[in-house]
Amino acid sequence: MIRYIFSRIVGMIVVMFLVATIVFVILRATPGDPAAVMLGPEATPEDIASLRERLGLDRPLVVQYGYFLGQLMRGDLGQSIFLNQSVGSALLERAEPTFFLTLFSILIASAIALPIGIYSAYRRGSVFDQTASTIALLAASVPSFWLALVLMQIFAVRFGIFPVSGYGGPGASFGERLHHLMLPAITLGIVSSALIMRFTRASMLDVLGDDFIRTARAKGLIERKVVLKHALKNALIPILTVIGLTTAVLISGAVVTETVFGLPGVGNLVVSAVLRRDYPMIQGTLLVIAGLYVLINFAIDMLYLLVDPRVRY
Amino acid sequence: MANVVSTFRTTESYRVFTRLLKRKTVAFGLAVLVFFILVAALAPLVAPYDPAKLSIANRLSAPGSTWFFGTDEFGRDVLSRTIYGARLSLLVGFAVVVLAAAIGIVMGLLAGFFQSLDTPIARLIDAMMAFPDILLAIALVAALGPSTTTVIVALSIVYAPRLARVVRASTLVIRELPYIEAARALGISTPHILIRHVARNLMSPVLVQGTFLFAQAMLAEAGLSFLGVGVSPEIPTWGTMIASGRQYVGQADWITFFPGVALVLAVLSLQLVGDGLRDFLDPRLRKDL
Repeated sequence: MIRYIFSRIVGMIVVMFLVATIVFVILRATPGDPAAVMLGPEATPEDIASLRERLGLDRPLVVQYGYFLGQLMRGDLGQSIFLNQSVGSALLERAEPTFFLTLFSILIASAIALPIGIYSAYRRGSVFDQTASTIALLAASVPSFWLALVLMQIFAVRFGIFPVSGYGGPGASFGERLHHLMLPAITLGIVSSALIMRFTRASMLDVLGDDFIRTARAKGLIERKVVLKHALKNALIPILTVIGLTTAVLISGAVVTETVFGLPGVGNLVVSAVLRRDYPMIQGTLLVIAGLYVLINFAIDMLYLLVDPRVRY
Repeated sequence: MANVVSTFRTTESYRVFTRLLKRKTVAFGLAVLVFFILVAALAPLVAPYDPAKLSIANRLSAPGSTWFFGTDEFGRDVLSRTIYGARLSLLVGFAVVVLAAAIGIVMGLLAGFFQSLDTPIARLIDAMMAFPDILLAIALVAALGPSTTTVIVALSIVYAPRLARVVRASTLVIRELPYIEAARALGISTPHILIRHVARNLMSPVLVQGTFLFAQAMLAEAGLSFLGVGVSPEIPTWGTMIASGRQYVGQADWITFFPGVALVLAVLSLQLVGDGLRDFLDPRLRKDL
């Protein structure tokens, strides 16, 4: 098992190295002079030259690449051009709304998807199952930003239950900040519940047909125990996988949702960085988010070991 | 002509098509899709007004008998814009699928067929898939400059690895089948085997995955345009329309509502067709049809 974990860590490092290379290549693919693009049409040649020098763009590509990797090894993501602070600290400052948004969204998505998915599998082919499948398909077809606007119109503008946008201002209490997060979290929760629901249903269907379920029923166990204890426990691996992957995908959903609700999170940061062509900021955010995705994938694999004693690498 | 029709009726494709249509959800999905394609193609004929015509006097008019879907902040007809929006939204989705399939099939075939190429390409696919789709797409658009072509190229690069993964998995299976060995024994060249004997048999998974990617690409294009990093805001697409109506939520909801419904319906129809195709092409699920 230690060998497996070790090989996974090596694989993870290789993927992270490739991720860094892809990020480097993407931002060097800009047609023309990146420094001129970043500073816009009003920049003087002196400004452009000084930025080129500051970012090391005047050196050969191989040297730039080596320097970039060296910086990364030291955990240095570089300096933002427009924010006057390092990319790392800008990301840290904005991590809170994104972290809680992702956390609540996944909780809401699981709270919707798990019971419905389990019951749908249990009552396969029933009206409930068909309705749930249709709603799941619909939820998967709805763009999150559009659902955000519809929910905002109903719950924030018309009924005033939730704030329309923002994160409560600088001095807002934790409770107030959470209140601002609820509507965005519900939006993302609904959109991402579809996939979890489909996986839960499929995974439960697989297990409910197994012999040990018949045995459990034959020995007179009550249905609730058969389904929630015996079946669910064995159906957990695919469900956990999809919840983990959804968490990673949610970070991407947060990009759009944060913009709609004006939440000062990482998503909002990256969108404004793109609009201002703040390349070091885009580069740093991409690296951190892709890194998180790789780590979450690794964590899910490790979780299998805890959840399922049959998994032995 | 009659001959062509009768030939088509005896083909495998026709049998697949009629069996698929027996499933109500697939028939509904296909009907909606055909409707959108027709509306997009015939936009100048079916749109009641010029989608770009400004009419400040009639700005933010609610839906009614003159403007079925109301007007936007510049007095432009939302129905006509939604109809014209179908053009670019569908076109971008389709172009992305074609380009992503072209890249994905080549990557997947090479990785699956040649063992020496498998590890580097598979790792590259892993690394590409570590980026959330929208995020990678906006980074690419940021680097290449926003335009419709850039959006298509960026989304194709984002989705190609997903197709490559499916193609690679299927190629790994096909490579070991006896008929490939037979083809080799007959002295058929490797490129010929790859194209005629492997790639041809990959079409089912590519078709299924491609349908889902079409839907994903349409959602992603709308997302990019909504964020202001996609198609130019002047061009009506469902994404740009929702973005421009955003400030009028609570005041003129129809500006965002109708293009949103159109997008949901188009994506839903593609998902229904994709689901149907997958169930049909997967022998384990075929009995359900």
